[in-house]
Amino acid sequence: MKHMSSNMIALKTIWIKECTRFLRIWIQTLVPPAITMTLYFIIFGSIVGERIGTMSGVGYMEFIVPGLIMMSVITNSYSNVASSFFSAKFQRNIEEMLVSPVPTGAIILGYVGGGVARAMIVAVIVTLVSFLFVDIQIAHFGYVVLTVILTSTLFALGGLLNGVFGKTFDDISIVPTFVLTPLTYLGGVFYSVSLLPDIWQKVSLVNPILYMVNGFRYGFLGQSDVGIATAMAVLIGFNVIFFAGAYYLLEKGIGIRS
Amino acid sequence: MKALEIKNLKKVYRGGFEALKGIDLTVEEGDFYALLGPNGAGKSTTIGIISSLVNKTGGSVKVFGYDLDTQLGDLKRQIGLVPQEFNFNQFETVRQIVVNQAGYYGVPRKLAHERSEKYLSQLGLWDKRDEPARSLSGGMKRRLMIARALLHEPRLLILDEPTAGVDIELRRSMWEYLTKINNEGITIILTTHYLEEAETLCRNIGIIDAGQIIENTSIKRLLAQLSKETFVLDLEQDHPQPKIEGFAHRWKDNNTLEVEVDKNAGLNKVFEQLSAAGVNVLSMRNKANRLEELFVSMVEKGREKGDRSA
Repeated sequence: MKHMSSNMIALKTIWIKECTRFLRIWIQTLVPPAITMTLYFIIFGSIVGERIGTMSGVGYMEFIVPGLIMMSVITNSYSNVASSFFSAKFQRNIEEMLVSPVPTGAIILGYVGGGVARAMIVAVIVTLVSFLFVDIQIAHFGYVVLTVILTSTLFALGGLLNGVFGKTFDDISIVPTFVLTPLTYLGGVFYSVSLLPDIWQKVSLVNPILYMVNGFRYGFLGQSDVGIATAMAVLIGFNVIFFAGAYYLLEKGIGIRS
Repeated sequence: MKALEIKNLKKVYRGGFEALKGIDLTVEEGDFYALLGPNGAGKSTTIGIISSLVNKTGGSVKVFGYDLDTQLGDLKRQIGLVPQEFNFNQFETVRQIVVNQAGYYGVPRKLAHERSEKYLSQLGLWDKRDEPARSLSGGMKRRLMIARALLHEPRLLILDEPTAGVDIELRRSMWEYLTKINNEGITIILTTHYLEEAETLCRNIGIIDAGQIIENTSIKRLLAQLSKETFVLDLEQDHPQPKIEGFAHRWKDNNTLEVEVDKNAGLNKVFEQLSAAGVNVLSMRNKANRLEELFVSMVEKGREKGDRSA
């Protein structure tokens, strides 16, 4: 019981430290997504979008809003944890945690909690920005919240794995550039996969981000390219696998202990 | 009670380097213990294993009876670690660093803030509490690491070369502080290159070389092993250079004489002969730190033994 409350204090400490970090450097962490997304809304939504007309029965602007919010959630949850954890390794202040009795689960949850908090704040900012361009209705608020939490948790865990394996700062930027960005762009942010030829529709189904974007779009618009139950199952499944992977690596000390 | 009990501790790094070859070490509660050894001897590996930053290959470690393998959480709670390199987040403030560290040990935030005032004040850092750590001087950063290690009030404080690169004045004030907290009951283990530091502060000493403990005894007993000491005598200028019968000696220049004196022989006969020759002695000092001489000879002996058995 005593250790339980001690572990909770440790978890809270890591979470507060992580939130303090991204709030301290808000100009690098919270402002850029607002600017980038405003540009997306102006260019793809207003200028190009007006010529496109409708997509899956809704205005193009309305169609891309959930995808763009999800894109910010993915990028921010991932990069928050990847860069914070790698910096802690690089500056060796990860040792502050390793010498203390913080359980592995608390380290993971603390870091992931920081990434989720940043992703949530960014999601709110981007949603507010989207209100300037389109009058959007939320069909299933519960799914919106659930998808954003599960997605940000998943990518925060992904960022943690990247931080664990990363040996240089380059290693931290390789995954977002060469894996995350292509998967996000090809995950149905800007188009409905039903527009693709059959073969590419099938290929798209192996992209996990497709399920997140569509789960989120279902929450907003009440419609999706994939079943909502499948989307949730994929998200939960990946979360379990990533958490187990991160737990195993940290427990074994891989990448952090000699 | 034993503060630290290490048995047959082994560490082989990836690549096959054998850093520890099965060391045994015991430190009693309340002790001020020095772990000495040349670079690469295995000091930091030993400390790394005790503080669980390095995975051991074999053997056992107990801290205040808590086993590293089966009671890791309780073992960690007993230890405060001051590492050799600065390992805090340079962008966090002094207070954030110490309060967060206490949080990792489960110290409630309010209590951690109270203790931060106590320890940062004791170490002369309270005025700097809201400054980012990167703005501190080297000496202040070292003191910050000591404060950070004390915030969860450990029973064993381990310091890995705490005064490396620290100026003499600050070193002395750190010595005073460490002596004070040792007198208050905290067991201290330190590694150092400054043998004077070990001689001044510590009661017991372990000498480690090439992954093996070659001596584990009290400083008193260790110094008793010294059979000879070399003294440097500063003499008045313009004098002849008399021969000093019965003592190995060397004239460094016209007014500096080095004399090797057997521990039981005393210096009277040296002075008698110098007086008889009309030489006036102005001052006298030990040529080198006594412990240093002994340390060097022990390490050399250990290596000769190792060469023979290899």
